Amino acid sequence: MRALTWQGTQDVRVETLDDPEIVNPRDAIIRVTSTAICGSDLHLYDGVIPAMKPGDVLGHEFMGEVVETGADSTLTKGQRVVVPFTISCGGCFHCRITQYSACENSNPVEKQDMSETLYGHPMAGIFGYSHMTGGYAGGQAEYVRVPFSDVGPIVVPDHLDDEQVLFLSDILPTGWMAAENAEIQPDDTVAVWGCGPVGLFAVQSAILMGAAKVIAIDHYPHRLELARQLGAETINFRTSDVREALMEMSGGIGVDAVIDAVGMEAHGFTIDNILDAAKQKIGIGADRASALKQAILAVRPGGRVSMPGVYGGMTDKFPLGALMEKGLQLRTGQTHVQRYLKDLLGMIEEGAINTSFLISHRLPLEEAATGYRNFKDQQDSWTKVVLKPGG
Amino acid sequence: MKHENPARWPYLALAGIGLAAIPLAAVAAKRRRHDIDPDSAPGYTARRSFGEYKVVGRSVTIAKPRAELFAFWRDFRNLPRFMANLERIEPSGGEPGHATWHIKAANGKTYAVDTRIAREVDGELIAWRSTEDSDIDTEGRVTFEDAPGERGTRVSLIIAYKPKGGILGDTVAKLMRRSPELQGRHDLKRFKMLMETGEIATSARTRADHQHQTEEAR
Repeated sequence: MRALTWQGTQDVRVETLDDPEIVNPRDAIIRVTSTAICGSDLHLYDGVIPAMKPGDVLGHEFMGEVVETGADSTLTKGQRVVVPFTISCGGCFHCRITQYSACENSNPVEKQDMSETLYGHPMAGIFGYSHMTGGYAGGQAEYVRVPFSDVGPIVVPDHLDDEQVLFLSDILPTGWMAAENAEIQPDDTVAVWGCGPVGLFAVQSAILMGAAKVIAIDHYPHRLELARQLGAETINFRTSDVREALMEMSGGIGVDAVIDAVGMEAHGFTIDNILDAAKQKIGIGADRASALKQAILAVRPGGRVSMPGVYGGMTDKFPLGALMEKGLQLRTGQTHVQRYLKDLLGMIEEGAINTSFLISHRLPLEEAATGYRNFKDQQDSWTKVVLKPGG
Repeated sequence: MKHENPARWPYLALAGIGLAAIPLAAVAAKRRRHDIDPDSAPGYTARRSFGEYKVVGRSVTIAKPRAELFAFWRDFRNLPRFMANLERIEPSGGEPGHATWHIKAANGKTYAVDTRIAREVDGELIAWRSTEDSDIDTEGRVTFEDAPGERGTRVSLIIAYKPKGGILGDTVAKLMRRSPELQGRHDLKRFKMLMETGEIATSARTRADHQHQTEEAR
């Protein structure tokens, strides 16, 4: 099969690999019909996530047709499914309380040691996202082996096309959970840092959850325009002072909840962010967290901080005092995708959530490397890239 | 039996009989020492030395009934399904609980180790010891207790062993990812996977990859 492989920092190539096979009884093989490049794939592309090996197949947002099933799979050949980016067994303590992204059994034991040392607990398996999360071959390929296929994939009806449902795999539930973690009440003002795909879905979700006002923050005009089209007010951090603007726009109270949809490669011009960027570049591993730091200072006392943005290591000069003295709540985590799939699919069917507005570019899988380069370098106009294997 | 590569001994070589139960007794004795606060921490987590022995332990919670887990573990024919270094176990000497463990070491050799169950409490505990003439001085114990609420069963594996090649050998084993601590932890996690999901997670893309990775884990 053809598949997009990681070879090194900012070096990805489509290569020919052996087709995947059924290895375990609960596996299924999916023929990928659509797959997307995620903002978090850019962290891999930029080489800031450890435990990547040359030849690893990337991609954790994908859907397709079931072409083969293991003896214990509940899927049948020919079904169209969207596959969650997190791999979950359904039977462990965490899966049973619907904290699927903390599944204890999906990351192979040999791969658990690193995250167990780094975080105190091992991470769950994730498709195409380094050997720390299992070393599973990802979905930017013609075929994927999907473990625990009886738990993860959701069957989608034929009248919904790929582009309507593809984002159920990650960014839609991730934006939704980000808004849920912000515990939005009516009358709330919610600020969202980052108008990438997750930020834009968080904006949409916050509005659906009844926020009185949603303020989206970015520096790319086109992305800010998309946020406005969804009903958000916007702040361009290149041209306005974010904290002052937020205080004024919330009538001096401060925003009730903040969502950091930026993560570890934040852009920003403060001294600490520039230092953090330098350290990240030379590999001494501090996450750039300028968006999160700003969000913690901007949120009102007693407010909520939701952090869907991806971080992997440590950060310097974290405003811990503000977190405590202002009595903030911080909620974060990889998305428990399986928890939200059914409801979100229903909302897509009803037309309550718009998903396809996000897609700016559609490319054949063979041109994936171009997609990565532009998604990184032309962030204003390349908002979301969907790859079509065999296209 | 001489082992050429002590750093790579599978901890399961500890199955056997003989040696006085020094290490695990020492764990229990920790509580009785006057100079140590009798806290609730398991003995194997103590910040103290057990002399020339190393004592390691690990617990997992498995969402299955205690009796089912105990029965699966007690049927030694099942152990090679989740213990990566164990090729097979055969009954030995005609007595119950007496068996020969065929253990694959990283040097490619398979060692046959005579083993005996030292103590067994139905549904709760299985303990084993290395034999007097065993080259490997070790013992181990697996315990099963009900976890709170609906969480299933807490399974704890405790291993005491005398590192071959002393502390240096143990450090080398750790660097080579072959320490009994690491192998025990991995085996216990595989047991949990097998019991909770019916399979053992692998990121192998093909069956040939899987075969290769299974060999590597040994």
